[in-house]
Amino acid sequence: MKDIIGLVFIGIGLLFDLIGSLGLVRLPDVYNRLQAATKCVTLGTCSILFGTVIIVGFCAAGTKAFLCIIFLVLTSPVAAHAIARGAHRAGVKLCDGSVVDKYAEDKEGER
Amino acid sequence: MKTLKWFIGAVLLVAAIAVIIKVDIPFLFCREGMHFVEFAGRALFILVLSCVLCLFRIWKGPTGADRIVAVDILGIMIVGLCAVLTITTRRSWYIDIGIAWALQSFISTLALSKYLEGRGFDE
Repeated sequence: MKDIIGLVFIGIGLLFDLIGSLGLVRLPDVYNRLQAATKCVTLGTCSILFGTVIIVGFCAAGTKAFLCIIFLVLTSPVAAHAIARGAHRAGVKLCDGSVVDKYAEDKEGER
Repeated sequence: MKTLKWFIGAVLLVAAIAVIIKVDIPFLFCREGMHFVEFAGRALFILVLSCVLCLFRIWKGPTGADRIVAVDILGIMIVGLCAVLTITTRRSWYIDIGIAWALQSFISTLALSKYLEGRGFDE
Protein backbone atom coordinates (compact mmCIF):
# COMPACT_ATOMS: atom_id res chain seq x y z
CA MET A 1 0.00 0.00 0.00
CA LYS A 2 2.81 2.38 0.91
CA ASP A 3 4.54 1.59 -2.38
CA ILE A 4 1.36 2.25 -4.39
CA ILE A 5 0.87 5.72 -2.83
CA GLY A 6 4.50 6.59 -3.43
CA LEU A 7 4.33 5.46 -7.05
CA VAL A 8 1.23 7.61 -7.62
CA PHE A 9 3.18 10.63 -6.38
CA ILE A 10 6.13 9.72 -8.61
CA GLY A 11 3.77 9.39 -11.60
CA ILE A 12 2.34 12.88 -11.00
CA GLY A 13 5.85 14.26 -10.75
CA LEU A 14 6.93 12.59 -13.98
CA LEU A 15 3.92 13.99 -15.83
CA PHE A 16 4.68 17.51 -14.63
CA ASP A 17 8.38 17.17 -15.46
CA LEU A 18 7.67 16.01 -18.99
CA ILE A 19 5.08 18.73 -19.64
CA GLY A 20 7.34 21.39 -18.14
CA SER A 21 10.28 20.47 -20.34
CA LEU A 22 7.96 20.31 -23.33
CA GLY A 23 6.87 23.87 -22.51
CA LEU A 24 10.55 24.81 -22.27
CA VAL A 25 10.93 23.72 -25.88
CA ARG A 26 7.65 25.00 -27.32
CA LEU A 27 6.87 28.38 -25.74
CA PRO A 28 7.99 31.53 -27.60
CA ASP A 29 9.68 33.68 -24.97
CA VAL A 30 12.15 33.63 -22.05
CA TYR A 31 9.50 34.65 -19.56
CA ASN A 32 6.94 32.12 -20.80
CA ARG A 33 9.57 29.39 -20.66
CA LEU A 34 10.41 30.43 -17.11
CA GLN A 35 6.73 30.16 -16.22
CA ALA A 36 6.57 26.57 -17.53
CA ALA A 37 9.89 25.62 -15.97
CA THR A 38 9.05 26.77 -12.45
CA LYS A 39 5.91 24.63 -12.41
CA CYS A 40 8.03 21.66 -13.32
CA VAL A 41 10.25 22.28 -10.31
CA THR A 42 7.69 22.69 -7.55
CA LEU A 43 5.06 20.19 -8.63
CA GLY A 44 7.34 17.83 -10.52
CA THR A 45 10.57 17.22 -8.68
CA CYS A 46 9.14 17.92 -5.22
CA SER A 47 6.43 15.34 -5.92
CA ILE A 48 9.05 12.78 -6.96
CA LEU A 49 11.01 13.46 -3.78
CA PHE A 50 7.84 13.16 -1.68
CA GLY A 51 7.11 9.79 -3.27
CA THR A 52 10.66 8.76 -2.37
CA VAL A 53 10.03 9.78 1.24
CA ILE A 54 6.85 7.69 1.34
CA ILE A 55 8.42 4.58 -0.22
CA VAL A 56 11.73 4.60 1.65
CA GLY A 57 10.34 5.81 4.98
CA PHE A 58 12.07 8.00 7.51
CA CYS A 59 15.44 6.33 7.38
CA ALA A 60 18.60 8.21 6.32
CA ALA A 61 17.59 8.57 2.67
CA GLY A 62 14.02 9.63 3.49
CA THR A 63 15.13 12.38 5.85
CA LYS A 64 17.61 13.71 3.31
CA ALA A 65 14.92 13.72 0.64
CA PHE A 66 12.64 15.70 2.97
CA LEU A 67 15.42 18.24 3.54
CA CYS A 68 15.86 18.44 -0.22
CA ILE A 69 12.12 19.20 -0.66
CA ILE A 70 12.32 22.07 1.84
CA PHE A 71 15.45 23.44 0.18
CA LEU A 72 13.94 23.30 -3.31
CA VAL A 73 10.68 24.98 -2.25
CA LEU A 74 12.63 27.78 -0.56
CA THR A 75 15.20 28.45 -3.28
CA SER A 76 13.54 27.78 -6.62
CA PRO A 77 11.30 30.92 -6.69
CA VAL A 78 14.31 33.05 -5.72
CA ALA A 79 16.31 31.67 -8.65
CA ALA A 80 13.41 32.15 -11.07
CA HIS A 81 12.89 35.74 -9.94
CA ALA A 82 16.61 36.48 -10.29
CA ILE A 83 16.66 35.08 -13.82
CA ALA A 84 13.59 37.09 -14.89
CA ARG A 85 14.99 40.31 -13.41
CA GLY A 86 18.38 39.78 -14.99
CA ALA A 87 16.87 39.01 -18.37
CA HIS A 88 14.67 42.10 -18.28
CA ARG A 89 17.59 44.32 -17.29
CA ALA A 90 19.78 42.78 -19.98
CA GLY A 91 17.22 43.87 -22.54
CA VAL A 92 15.65 40.62 -23.66
CA LYS A 93 12.54 41.49 -25.62
CA LEU A 94 9.09 40.14 -24.85
CA CYS A 95 7.39 38.09 -27.55
CA ASP A 96 5.06 39.68 -30.09
CA GLY A 97 1.75 38.65 -28.56
CA SER A 98 2.41 40.04 -25.07
CA VAL A 99 0.12 42.86 -24.03
CA VAL A 100 1.58 44.39 -20.85
CA ASP A 101 5.02 45.03 -19.36
CA LYS A 102 4.61 46.32 -15.81
CA TYR A 103 8.30 46.19 -14.93
CA ALA A 104 9.22 48.60 -17.72
CA GLU A 105 6.49 50.96 -16.54
CA ASP A 106 7.90 50.78 -13.01
CA LYS A 107 11.39 51.56 -14.27
CA GLU A 108 9.98 54.54 -16.20
CA GLY A 109 8.29 55.75 -13.04
CA GLU A 110 11.48 55.60 -11.03
CA ARG A 111 13.24 58.06 -13.27
CA MET B 1 8.04 24.41 -43.09
CA LYS B 2 7.13 25.32 -39.53
CA THR B 3 4.22 22.87 -39.55
CA LEU B 4 6.56 20.16 -40.84
CA LYS B 5 9.02 20.76 -38.01
CA TRP B 6 6.19 20.71 -35.46
CA PHE B 7 4.92 17.44 -36.90
CA ILE B 8 8.36 15.78 -36.87
CA GLY B 9 8.93 16.83 -33.27
CA ALA B 10 5.55 15.55 -32.10
CA VAL B 11 6.06 12.21 -33.87
CA LEU B 12 9.52 11.77 -32.35
CA LEU B 13 8.26 12.60 -28.84
CA VAL B 14 5.27 10.25 -29.03
CA ALA B 15 7.49 7.49 -30.47
CA ALA B 16 10.01 7.90 -27.64
CA ILE B 17 7.29 7.72 -24.97
CA ALA B 18 5.75 4.66 -26.66
CA VAL B 19 9.14 2.92 -26.78
CA ILE B 20 9.70 3.67 -23.08
CA ILE B 21 6.29 2.34 -22.11
CA LYS B 22 6.03 -0.71 -24.37
CA VAL B 23 9.49 -2.18 -24.92
CA ASP B 24 11.14 -4.44 -22.36
CA ILE B 25 14.36 -2.65 -21.51
CA PRO B 26 16.93 -4.50 -19.41
CA PHE B 27 17.15 -2.09 -16.52
CA LEU B 28 20.41 -1.44 -14.79
CA PHE B 29 20.82 -1.32 -11.02
CA CYS B 30 17.62 -3.22 -10.29
CA ARG B 31 17.44 -5.87 -7.60
CA GLU B 32 14.98 -8.71 -7.86
CA GLY B 33 11.89 -9.25 -5.78
CA MET B 34 10.51 -5.70 -5.91
CA HIS B 35 7.30 -5.46 -7.86
CA PHE B 36 7.45 -1.71 -8.36
CA VAL B 37 11.01 -1.51 -9.58
CA GLU B 38 10.02 -1.87 -13.22
CA PHE B 39 7.90 1.29 -13.06
CA ALA B 40 10.77 3.12 -11.41
CA GLY B 41 13.11 1.99 -14.19
CA ARG B 42 10.74 3.38 -16.81
CA ALA B 43 10.53 6.58 -14.75
CA LEU B 44 14.29 6.92 -15.12
CA PHE B 45 13.98 6.85 -18.89
CA ILE B 46 11.16 9.42 -18.92
CA LEU B 47 13.35 11.75 -16.83
CA VAL B 48 16.20 11.21 -19.29
CA LEU B 49 13.81 12.19 -22.11
CA SER B 50 12.98 15.43 -20.24
CA CYS B 51 16.70 16.10 -19.85
CA VAL B 52 17.13 15.65 -23.62
CA LEU B 53 14.41 18.29 -24.22
CA CYS B 54 16.30 20.67 -21.89
CA LEU B 55 19.52 19.96 -23.79
CA PHE B 56 17.73 20.89 -27.02
CA ARG B 57 16.88 24.28 -25.51
CA ILE B 58 20.48 24.74 -24.33
CA TRP B 59 21.74 23.98 -27.84
CA LYS B 60 19.24 26.15 -29.66
CA GLY B 61 18.49 29.01 -27.26
CA PRO B 62 18.39 32.41 -29.00
CA THR B 63 19.61 34.41 -26.00
CA GLY B 64 21.71 33.69 -22.95
CA ALA B 65 18.74 33.81 -20.60
CA ASP B 66 17.14 30.81 -22.34
CA ARG B 67 20.29 28.80 -21.75
CA ILE B 68 20.43 29.79 -18.09
CA VAL B 69 16.79 28.73 -17.55
CA ALA B 70 17.45 25.40 -19.28
CA VAL B 71 20.58 24.71 -17.20
CA ASP B 72 18.63 25.43 -14.01
CA ILE B 73 15.84 23.05 -14.96
CA LEU B 74 18.36 20.38 -16.04
CA GLY B 75 19.89 20.49 -12.56
CA ILE B 76 16.50 20.16 -10.90
CA MET B 77 15.65 17.16 -13.07
CA ILE B 78 18.91 15.47 -12.16
CA VAL B 79 17.87 15.84 -8.50
CA GLY B 80 14.70 13.90 -9.36
CA LEU B 81 16.81 11.32 -11.21
CA CYS B 82 18.90 10.80 -8.08
CA ALA B 83 15.70 10.30 -6.04
CA VAL B 84 14.45 7.59 -8.42
CA LEU B 85 17.88 5.92 -8.35
CA THR B 86 17.61 5.89 -4.54
CA ILE B 87 14.37 3.91 -4.83
CA THR B 88 15.62 1.40 -7.39
CA THR B 89 18.95 0.64 -5.76
CA ARG B 90 18.13 1.25 -2.05
CA ARG B 91 21.43 3.03 -1.57
CA SER B 92 21.13 6.22 0.41
CA TRP B 93 24.11 8.09 -1.03
CA TYR B 94 22.36 8.89 -4.29
CA ILE B 95 20.19 11.45 -2.52
CA ASP B 96 23.37 13.04 -1.16
CA ILE B 97 24.37 13.70 -4.77
CA GLY B 98 20.91 15.24 -5.25
CA ILE B 99 21.27 17.65 -2.31
CA ALA B 100 24.73 18.76 -3.41
CA TRP B 101 23.53 19.22 -6.99
CA ALA B 102 20.57 21.36 -5.83
CA LEU B 103 22.88 23.61 -3.79
CA GLN B 104 25.34 24.06 -6.64
CA SER B 105 22.54 24.69 -9.12
CA PHE B 106 20.98 27.41 -6.96
CA ILE B 107 24.27 29.23 -6.41
CA SER B 108 25.32 29.00 -10.05
CA THR B 109 21.91 30.26 -11.20
CA LEU B 110 22.15 33.29 -8.93
CA ALA B 111 25.68 34.03 -10.16
CA LEU B 112 24.72 33.67 -13.81
CA SER B 113 21.69 35.94 -13.44
CA LYS B 114 23.85 38.55 -11.75
CA TYR B 115 26.26 38.26 -14.67
CA LEU B 116 23.34 38.64 -17.06
CA GLU B 117 22.30 41.79 -15.31
CA GLY B 118 25.58 43.30 -16.36
CA ARG B 119 26.71 44.78 -13.10
CA GLY B 120 29.51 42.41 -12.18
CA PHE B 121 29.90 40.16 -9.16
CA ASP B 122 30.93 42.70 -6.57
CA GLU B 123 27.52 43.80 -5.34
